[in-house]
Amino acid sequence: MTVTVVTSPDDSRSIKRELTRSLRRRKLQALVLVAPLLLFILFMFIYPIGGMLLRSVYSPDFARAMPATVAAIAEWPGSGTPPEAAWAGVASDMVALQQRNEAGPVAAALNVEMSGARSLVLKTARNAGKLTAPYREAMVTLDPMWNDARIWQAIKRLSSPVTPRFYLAAVDMKVDEAGSIVSQPEDRQIYRSLFLRTLLISGVVTLCCLILGYPVAHLLANLPLRISNILMIFVLLPFWTSLLVRTTAWIVLLQKQGVVNSLLVWSHVLTDETRAELIFNRTGTILAMTHILLPFMILPLYSVMKTVSPVYVKAARSLGANQFVAFTKVYVPQTFAGVAAGCLLVFILAVGYYITPALVGGESGTLISNMIAYHIQKSLNWGLAAALGAILLTAILALYWTFNRLTKIDIIGLG
Amino acid sequence: MALPAYADRWERIWHWVYLTFCTLVFLFLLLPVLVVVPLSFNAEPYFSFTEGMLTLDPAAYSLRWYRDILQNGMADPTQLFSGWSWIGDAWANSQWIHAAKNSIVIAIGATILSTLLGTVAALGLSQSILPGRRLIMALLISPMIVPIIVTSTSLYFLFSEIGLANTYLGLIVAHAILGTPFVVITVTSTLSGFDRSLIRAGQSLGASPLVVFQRVIMPLILPGILSGALFAFGTSFDEVVAVIFLADYDQRTIPRQMWSGLREQISPTILAVATILVAMSILLLTVVELLRRRSERLRGLTS
Repeated sequence: MTVTVVTSPDDSRSIKRELTRSLRRRKLQALVLVAPLLLFILFMFIYPIGGMLLRSVYSPDFARAMPATVAAIAEWPGSGTPPEAAWAGVASDMVALQQRNEAGPVAAALNVEMSGARSLVLKTARNAGKLTAPYREAMVTLDPMWNDARIWQAIKRLSSPVTPRFYLAAVDMKVDEAGSIVSQPEDRQIYRSLFLRTLLISGVVTLCCLILGYPVAHLLANLPLRISNILMIFVLLPFWTSLLVRTTAWIVLLQKQGVVNSLLVWSHVLTDETRAELIFNRTGTILAMTHILLPFMILPLYSVMKTVSPVYVKAARSLGANQFVAFTKVYVPQTFAGVAAGCLLVFILAVGYYITPALVGGESGTLISNMIAYHIQKSLNWGLAAALGAILLTAILALYWTFNRLTKIDIIGLG
Repeated sequence: MALPAYADRWERIWHWVYLTFCTLVFLFLLLPVLVVVPLSFNAEPYFSFTEGMLTLDPAAYSLRWYRDILQNGMADPTQLFSGWSWIGDAWANSQWIHAAKNSIVIAIGATILSTLLGTVAALGLSQSILPGRRLIMALLISPMIVPIIVTSTSLYFLFSEIGLANTYLGLIVAHAILGTPFVVITVTSTLSGFDRSLIRAGQSLGASPLVVFQRVIMPLILPGILSGALFAFGTSFDEVVAVIFLADYDQRTIPRQMWSGLREQISPTILAVATILVAMSILLLTVVELLRRRSERLRGLTS
């Protein structure tokens, strides 16, 4: 290290320059260190999530499968009989689809828009080779359903690659035949209530965790370190135990022939015939999730409570507050940071939960994540899955943003 | 937590209610984890304690479900423990051993990748002059916050396109993404308690930057790195959603095998596996705890 003595204004300028340069070098150095992980996360995490979210508004598959139809139907205003070119387009596209054996996805996509369209498309594709001009007469003879303007309106809606229909479907709405946005019929509304249920179950789980976790964190924070370190094992062992092991344990405990039911029968609270349904429903989901997420409540609470000085409560007591007042008016407000962090963390984790609800939730205990998985794996409605995922993600990012404002992630006390 | 001498009767009662409540919560936390242990030695294929187990009849206990871990999938399960050939058979064919091998390979790969990337990034993040530090930190932590189902399905689409679906490399990358936030958090929090004058002391004594890193920085942040690595390992070892979407049978891990066991034919073999995993988590917990104490001692937080 060299010592520079400032003697003239010239020198002071050069020192300033040197300082700026060294600062820039250190900034660059820090950036270079962060760069590999940042690039890794950007390309392998942020980019694919963006790609999936794009699927929720962009769906070119139909237009790609039916090029001639899409080109011809653009001319059609949406009412009356479509031009002959559109009929011819459908016929020629169907021939191509049948040859490539790809009529299935098109049939499925149309069927979402209009029930009954699946069999119509499959039937037309099978017989497409036999259709001759004029195509309108030929297709109506094959299936009179082609005379229904609604099927053409559905084709027109699907032919645009950018579409709001997945988001509409995700909130139980749709574009009706006339092109206006309406609610789905009552018996087909599932997603709004599923979102509500997800929020409700997560809220209940968060509340349960707070009620169970607050006293325990308080106890751990106020015991001598020697004892609290031992009791901490009770919190950390479940935390470190495999999620599937804990879920298995709850199945073992709660199922009809399980430990809790057997205990209740043995103690004559229940009889063999009236064994309680404790699992594969909402109760099971709430119980198991509370158990699994409780450490995530206790750890931030504990790390905040550790820093609360006992002198304030003592001062309050000496000024005449009774125990209850001193606790609620003096102690609890000092722990709000921990309460907020713990609740947000548990809630964020609960809203996106998949494994436990899938295994112990049954019909009434499944959450939005399970529906996303269903649409990805079973119904193959990827656009809808993406829209549901986007809504879930937005909600969680908003919560995470709040979390970041309130506190630092270090509060979980992983270090 | 002793009550002060001036506590009145209600305070005493309240104090006991409070302690009882806490005890119950501790039991609620621990008992479900421990209940699988005795049940895994059940001689019957039930998930409940039998009469014999409660009266501690030795005949009611057995190791059959532990044997089943090895036997399930073996070409010739009857040969278990006779001669030596069964070892090769179990190593090659047993479903659970197949899953265990996958779990270990993937977890180690993911741990190495996430620890390397995470530690280097944490060194940069700990410098307050880094531009956009809060935003970068939020981005690097985000895999922990984004719901696993969104992450898994997004990776599923990407990996299908670039040919990483159903490969070990794909799973290692996926688990490394999920593990890096833990490494970043633990190492930055170790570095936040780090006394920067130690670096200057090293430099003024003539050490080159590399020597300062090796001899001064590294030993002090090593506990943080190791506990971050353990978190990353634990995350990968316990992860199942990404495996469901990104792996087929060849890459099946232990949690994936348990998942299908729980969904299809639930047998007490799962309890035996669970017991082994509980034993492993006790081991992991002990190591992390020892590391944490060592780190605190090194940083002078406790005496």
